[in-house]
Amino acid sequence: MNSLVMEGTAKTPSILFSADSGTLEIKGRSIPENSFEFYQPVYEWLDSYALKPSAVTSATIQLEYFNTSSSKCLLDIFRKLESLHKSERSEVNVVWMYEEDDEDMMEAGDDYRTIVLLPFELKKI
Amino acid sequence: MISVYELYKQTKADEIILSFRGSVTEDFMASVFLIMESKLEGDPPQQRLRKKVNNILVECLQNVYHHMDEFGSEERPDDQRSAIFLVCRDSDNRYSIITGNHILNTNVDGLKNKIDKVNAMTGEELKEYYREALGNSELSAKGGAGLGMIEMARKSGNRIEYRFDPVNDRLSFFSLIVKID
Repeated sequence: MNSLVMEGTAKTPSILFSADSGTLEIKGRSIPENSFEFYQPVYEWLDSYALKPSAVTSATIQLEYFNTSSSKCLLDIFRKLESLHKSERSEVNVVWMYEEDDEDMMEAGDDYRTIVLLPFELKKI
Repeated sequence: MISVYELYKQTKADEIILSFRGSVTEDFMASVFLIMESKLEGDPPQQRLRKKVNNILVECLQNVYHHMDEFGSEERPDDQRSAIFLVCRDSDNRYSIITGNHILNTNVDGLKNKIDKVNAMTGEELKEYYREALGNSELSAKGGAGLGMIEMARKSGNRIEYRFDPVNDRLSFFSLIVKID
C-alpha cells in the first residue's frame, strides 16, 4: 500500500502516513475553510489501511493550532483508529505533542484523550 | 463632522493592528492569516498570546465567511459578502477582535441563544460543553461544526459581546467583539 504524503501549507498540516511502518504523522496548522474536503483523502487512506494494517500503528499529532471544523475531522480520524484498535488487528497508540506552556494545545489533547478510547499520550516537545 | 480629536485619542489608546471592510473571501482570509503570522514575533509569553489571538481570529473570520452562504439572490451583493473587521490592542496589551456582518433575521434568535448560553458558563462548564458538542457534532455543508462560539468563549476566557442592528425585513447587522488578555 502506498504512503500518504501531503505537504503542509499555511492553512493545512503536513500528512505523512506510512502503511509499512504503521506510522501516521499530522503536523502543522489546520485551518482550512472546508476541513472535510481536505481530510477526505486521509479518511480514504485510513479505510484502506484498516484492511491490511501494520501490527502496531503509532499516530503522532503535532499541531500549532486548528479551527473548530478541523477539530471534528480530527475526531473522525481518531474514531477510525479506535475501531481499528478495537478490531485487534492493529495495536494503536496516539501521541499528542504540544509546545511547552501551550495550554490551548495541551487542553485540546486532553479533550480528545477523554473522548477517544485509545492509548493516548500527551507529550511536551 | 466627526471629531477627529476624539478619533485621535481613541486610536492612541487602542492600537488598530488590522482593519478591513469589504468582501470576505478565502484568498482574503489567507492574506490576513499571513499578515497576522508575521506579527507573531516577541518574547514567548507574547507569542503565546498572539497565537491565541490568531486562533480566535481564524474562528471569527470563518464564522463570518460561513454566514454568507445563508443568503439568497434577494440580497444586494454588498450586503451578502461585505463585512467589517478589526484587530485592536490596548495599552495594557489586551486584544480585541471585532467583526460585523449581515445575517438573516431568521437566524438572529438562534445565534443570540447560542452566545447567551456560552456567556453564562464557567470555564469548567465550557470545557464540558465543548467535549459534549465535539462528540455529537456533525459538520454542516460548508464545514462549520457549530463549535465556534464555544471555542471563542473558552479560549478567550471572556464573555462574547454582541449586538444585532435591524437592517430591513430580511437582514440584521451582527456585531461581535471577542476580548483576549
